[in-house]
Amino acid sequence: MFVFTIRRILQTIPVLLGVTILVFLMMHLVPGDAAQIIAGEAASQQTIEQIRERLGLNDPLPMQYFNFLLNALQGDLGTSIQSGQEVTEEVFSRFWVTLELAFYSMILSVFIGLIAGIISAVRHYTLTDALTMIIALFGLSMPNFWLGLMLMQWFAIELKIFPVSGWGSPEQIVLPVIALGTAGAAIIARMTRSSMLEVISQDYIRTARAKGVKERYVIYKHALKNALIPVVTVIGLEFGTLLTGAVLTETVFSINGLGRYIVESIQARDFPAVQGSVLVVAVIFIIVNLLVDISYRFLNKRIDLN
Amino acid sequence: MPETTIHQPVEKPRNPHIENFKNIVKRLKKNKAAMVGGFLILLFVITAFVGPYLVPFSAGEQVLVNKLQGPSAEHWFGTDHLGRDIFSRIIHGMSITLYIGFFSVVIGAIVGVIFGIISGYFGGKIDTLIMRAMDILLAFPGILLALGVVTILGPSLNNVIIAVGVFSVPSFARIVRGSTLSVKELEYIDAVRALGASDFRIIVRHVLPNVFSPIIVQATLRIATAILTAAGLSFLGLGAQPPKPEWGAMLSDGRNYIFDAGHVALFPGLAIVIVVLAFNIFGDGLRDALDPKMKS
Repeated sequence: MFVFTIRRILQTIPVLLGVTILVFLMMHLVPGDAAQIIAGEAASQQTIEQIRERLGLNDPLPMQYFNFLLNALQGDLGTSIQSGQEVTEEVFSRFWVTLELAFYSMILSVFIGLIAGIISAVRHYTLTDALTMIIALFGLSMPNFWLGLMLMQWFAIELKIFPVSGWGSPEQIVLPVIALGTAGAAIIARMTRSSMLEVISQDYIRTARAKGVKERYVIYKHALKNALIPVVTVIGLEFGTLLTGAVLTETVFSINGLGRYIVESIQARDFPAVQGSVLVVAVIFIIVNLLVDISYRFLNKRIDLN
Repeated sequence: MPETTIHQPVEKPRNPHIENFKNIVKRLKKNKAAMVGGFLILLFVITAFVGPYLVPFSAGEQVLVNKLQGPSAEHWFGTDHLGRDIFSRIIHGMSITLYIGFFSVVIGAIVGVIFGIISGYFGGKIDTLIMRAMDILLAFPGILLALGVVTILGPSLNNVIIAVGVFSVPSFARIVRGSTLSVKELEYIDAVRALGASDFRIIVRHVLPNVFSPIIVQATLRIATAILTAAGLSFLGLGAQPPKPEWGAMLSDGRNYIFDAGHVALFPGLAIVIVVLAFNIFGDGLRDALDPKMKS
């Protein structure tokens, strides 16, 4: 297990490096002169030259990448063109809001998803099962920004139960979390259901029933434990989707998180800001998946460690 | 025994691919949900082609005095902030949505299938290289990769297609690689190789038809994701630009008028849900019909 953990961590390193290369190249793949775009249409040749010098755009490409990587490792993601602030600072000041939003949405997704999935599996091929799965299919097919707008219109504008926008107070959290967490709940429900159904059909469950173990025990003690293993992986992947799904939810509810920061930076062509925030989200996603993978092995000892 | 074929030469061997296809259609017909999904998709495609000629208004026709009206007999889904008929615009937008969904997935599938087959068939260093590259792409979760691509290329409808296409590549590559690996081990591939078939011939004639089912299932489900992602990009102002009647862009307009006229955001969103739902149902059904083992 120890060897596996170490190997898995080592495997992550090339991916991390690849991500930094891709993010670094982003600025260089932009058609035209990045310095010109940053300086604006009306900028003088001198200003452009200064920007080029400041960003090190005159250095050879590998050298530029090396500097970018070195700075990133020290926590320096450059300076935002729009605000003139350190990108690292701006990213982290907004990151917590997004993390909170993603975290609460995750709890909602897992909670609703597991309950719905278990109910559906236990009562498979009944009306309850069919209805749950139809609702899940709808949840999966809904754009989270549209759901957000509709929730806003019904519960904030017409019924005035919740505030229209913002983040912080408990009332402000409810609608964005529902908007963002619904799709995840649907995915987890479907996954839990099929995983449970597969486990329930296995021999050891039949044995447990034959022994006279109570049905409730069979389901919750014997089946659920093994059925949840694949669900864990989905939860890991779902976390990434939530982090980026926040881009849309934050725009709908005017939440000052990282997602909105990315969008605003793209619109303003603020490349250092886009680079920095994309890099941070990708790295966090990689780490979360690494942790999920390792815990998955711990949960499922039957997997071949190679 | 009634009439036999004794006097005829040996019956021509049936084409296994056609037989396979017939089987799939038979199984698909039994799956009610898939039939409903398939029928809806067909309906959408027809609507995309003939709908614009049947609706009462053009996509851009503005009657400013009628702006932000609720649904009525004349304007079924009401009007938007420029007095344009929302129902007509949604019908006009159908082709854009299907166009994005279809072409982005085709791009993603072609590139992904090529990578996946090379990776699975040849193995070794090239496999490691391609799969690591796919891991890197997968490290950008959800809409992030598409956002990055749009940042580079700039906002436009066609760039969204490329962005969403790139975003679909890894999932195709992984699935196809897995299928190729298992097909490669089959005995008859060895036999074909012993007969002197080239790698290219083996891939095109024998591997590709065998990995076809998972590709089709994945493509159908991916169209749903692609439509959602593209609508999201347009909603953010990074995709189709106004005045194109793209549903995500229409939702973005709707957001500005949510206080006075909720219907402006309601209907384009419903349209997205129904189309995405149809592809999801059809994809689920296809998966059950084509490959019962793939059920997830």
